[in-house]
Amino acid sequence: MSYFLQQLINGLQLGFVYALIALGYTMVYGIVKLINFAHGDVFMVGAYLGFFAMANWALPFPVAILVAMVGCAVLGMVIERLAYKPLRNAPRISALITAMGVSLFIENFTNLNFVFGPAPRAFPRPFAVRTFNLGGVSITNITVIVFGVSILLMVALTWFVNSTKTGRAMRAVSMDKDTSRLMGIDVDRIITITFGIGSALAGAGGVLFGFAYPQIQPLMGIMPGLKAFVAAVLGGIGIIPGAMLGAVIMGVVETFTSAYVSSTLRDAVAFGVLIIVLLVRPTGILGRPGREKV
Amino acid sequence: MTGTRRRLSPGWLALIVTVLAYAALQTLMSTKVINPYWQQVAGLAGIMAVSALGLNLVYGYTGQFSLGHAAFYGIGAYASALVTRSLGPSIWTLLLGIAAGAVIAGLVAFLIGLPILRLRSDYLAIATLGFGIIMKVLFDNSDAVIPMMGGSAGMTGIARLTNFAWVFVFALGATVVLRNLVFSSVGRALVSVREDELAAEAVGINTTKYKTLGFTLGCMYAGVAGALYAHLYAYLNPFNFDFLKSIDVLLVVVLGGLGSISGTLVAAVAWTFLLEGLRVALPASIQDWRMVIYPLVMVVFMIFRPGGLFSGTEFGFLKPRSARRRT
Amino acid sequence: MSLLDIRGLTMKFGGLVAVKDFTVSIDAHELVGLIGPNGAGKTTVFNLVTGMHAPVAGTIEFQGRRIQGMRPWRVYALGIARTFQNIRLFGMLSVLDNVRVADHHRGEAGLVHSILRSPKFRHEEKRTTDRALELLSILGLDQRRDELARNLPYGEQRRLEIARALVSDPKLLLLDEPAAGMNPSEVGQLMELILSIKERFNLTVFLIEHQMKVVMGVCERVVVMEFGEIICTGKPEQVQCDPKVVEAYLGVQAEESQQ
Repeated sequence: MSYFLQQLINGLQLGFVYALIALGYTMVYGIVKLINFAHGDVFMVGAYLGFFAMANWALPFPVAILVAMVGCAVLGMVIERLAYKPLRNAPRISALITAMGVSLFIENFTNLNFVFGPAPRAFPRPFAVRTFNLGGVSITNITVIVFGVSILLMVALTWFVNSTKTGRAMRAVSMDKDTSRLMGIDVDRIITITFGIGSALAGAGGVLFGFAYPQIQPLMGIMPGLKAFVAAVLGGIGIIPGAMLGAVIMGVVETFTSAYVSSTLRDAVAFGVLIIVLLVRPTGILGRPGREKV
Repeated sequence: MTGTRRRLSPGWLALIVTVLAYAALQTLMSTKVINPYWQQVAGLAGIMAVSALGLNLVYGYTGQFSLGHAAFYGIGAYASALVTRSLGPSIWTLLLGIAAGAVIAGLVAFLIGLPILRLRSDYLAIATLGFGIIMKVLFDNSDAVIPMMGGSAGMTGIARLTNFAWVFVFALGATVVLRNLVFSSVGRALVSVREDELAAEAVGINTTKYKTLGFTLGCMYAGVAGALYAHLYAYLNPFNFDFLKSIDVLLVVVLGGLGSISGTLVAAVAWTFLLEGLRVALPASIQDWRMVIYPLVMVVFMIFRPGGLFSGTEFGFLKPRSARRRT
Repeated sequence: MSLLDIRGLTMKFGGLVAVKDFTVSIDAHELVGLIGPNGAGKTTVFNLVTGMHAPVAGTIEFQGRRIQGMRPWRVYALGIARTFQNIRLFGMLSVLDNVRVADHHRGEAGLVHSILRSPKFRHEEKRTTDRALELLSILGLDQRRDELARNLPYGEQRRLEIARALVSDPKLLLLDEPAAGMNPSEVGQLMELILSIKERFNLTVFLIEHQMKVVMGVCERVVVMEFGEIICTGKPEQVQCDPKVVEAYLGVQAEESQQ
């Protein structure tokens, strides 16, 4: 039983990191219907920014997270302006291929020796790992920080989207771009802001990931990126609580597969769950079934 | 027609040009003017063409967005390699292996397609992506069931049974078959599914059947390409059948232009030679930049020519007489 | 015996009852109009008849055969063709191919014959092409055969959709607002066209229309719907005077002010 609870905690920790990435995917998809493949690489850049902030500039951990968030927000907005904006009216597949191109570019560029270099680096830990024992389940202070920061950011995002003027504009644009424009919303600005916020969350996710699984390298964003996207689809793409739910499910399923079946099969099981959920609920767990109007 | 001299149709002309081009290439290869390295590259270009023609059938013509093409390529590769390794290397086992690669890839596509082809656009893409990742994991762990497949260490001991000539013949055959299929009543049914599924149903097209047909046939193409690859490279590693490989093929199809055979052929050759060309052209000190330059080419190309090289058009010789426009 | 016999047809979307206890019988060679305010459930009736939706209750019999819940392509193969309110052509296919694809279900030369270009394939291809060209010329589109469907002007797209619906020799043709977006002279031509194809192909026609000129000009009988239910049936001139119909269209106050 305590082993089970222990794995559940581990799964939730992974799930929360996925959630921070998945939120960016789902927000961007909700607003421009683009699978932003480069998002996983923004997450990786966030991890590196956190690394430099702490290891090279000796900044404290909370400041490192802020540095990563701001840096990634800028990166996300630059990518949107340079690569995606020119394709706003092009076929969707062109934008998708471009997203893949941007993703490969970031991976291979940061892989160059004078940038980050291909060698993995150990993520610094500013304080010693402490373990608390709660009825047979051990929880580290790292886990507590990952939980705390993720929940704080998710609450902040929910508040922002639901209660601010910009958040309302974001929701409006995701429902109907043309009407929003007629209502006086600067759609381009909202899209850029959405990329910025999504990327900032991924940046925070990158730092937490490095913090919890202390090794980073330029290709580290590929798999978590894909899984976070899958999590967003699982929960119902475009729906913010759906991304959180889907990410937690992904994290828990993956951890349990590693713990009880085999760690080499964990990706297969995670994606198997996705396919089954899609077959039962083609628009995801919280997604509304869409009906085509004749 | 009687009394007037029949002009050579573009189809026959193309055939003659193809045969001459092939003879020239083969001569250059046997006299080592084109060295074995470039012969291998030419072979890979042809294999890419076969695989990409298949994906074009799935996505470009039938409109079913697949991000798992490499999985079927891998299935074909492993299936054929198992056949030739088990039965001993010969032309006949190779042919049997290629057939097995096509049939098994097609069968898997059919079985997986029945449920997942109900999903639309991006959801289908994600489901096929998931399937691709699952297959990669299975290839990685294959040695647990069939030791010969080698798992993540890769499969060795495959005889090098194919060469440029084999690839060329299969690529030619794949092109002709696809052309005949696309310009037929079946082809129109496939395209109608892509254009408007609901309207297609309303004019008597069993969309489930044609989606499954297009997907299965396209994946059989991938199976054939995989089988050719296995016996050209003589070594298989699951790494070569991962998600990025699916993206590679998708890229060729989109760069060439969706729904264009000509575009796919040109893009498959151009893309393979661009990647290898950069390897030769760039000085050793900036070799790493090759991987930075090619995604940039991708992005710039998409921004300036989002419809691909040939958006929905064909070289004249790839259209049957009945489909050519009257002037 | 009636060609199409609909009894007690009911359809719900979530909690909304779109069609309720709809009963209509159409004889062979009749031309029946289906009218009613927006949202009355007219198109839903068409969608139920053509198999796009499966009804919650009720039966649809076509030539004595139950067809409710059948897949649309099967319904089409039995002889019911339709057009759409918001034109649904295959935009990237040529005009000719748009028509030919609708004849596909009658072809017997499948995949293998197509790939081998067998004599059977060539024969069928010629037959379907000739048939499609005949329809294009009847609808005045033969000059446009190689144009992409999406490049046609609106009026020609409407006609192409009718050509596509006719290629398979249907017995029953469902026209969903064929005159929508047309100017008065085009509407006049359309009315003539409907009457002429009805005679020429020995069709039964069921049509939804908002333009009263069309309804009064061509329909032999009119069914009026409101809130998913039939409120009145009869000859065009009878229906026109029915107080319930006037109320449905103009509201209660208008009726009161008339009195």
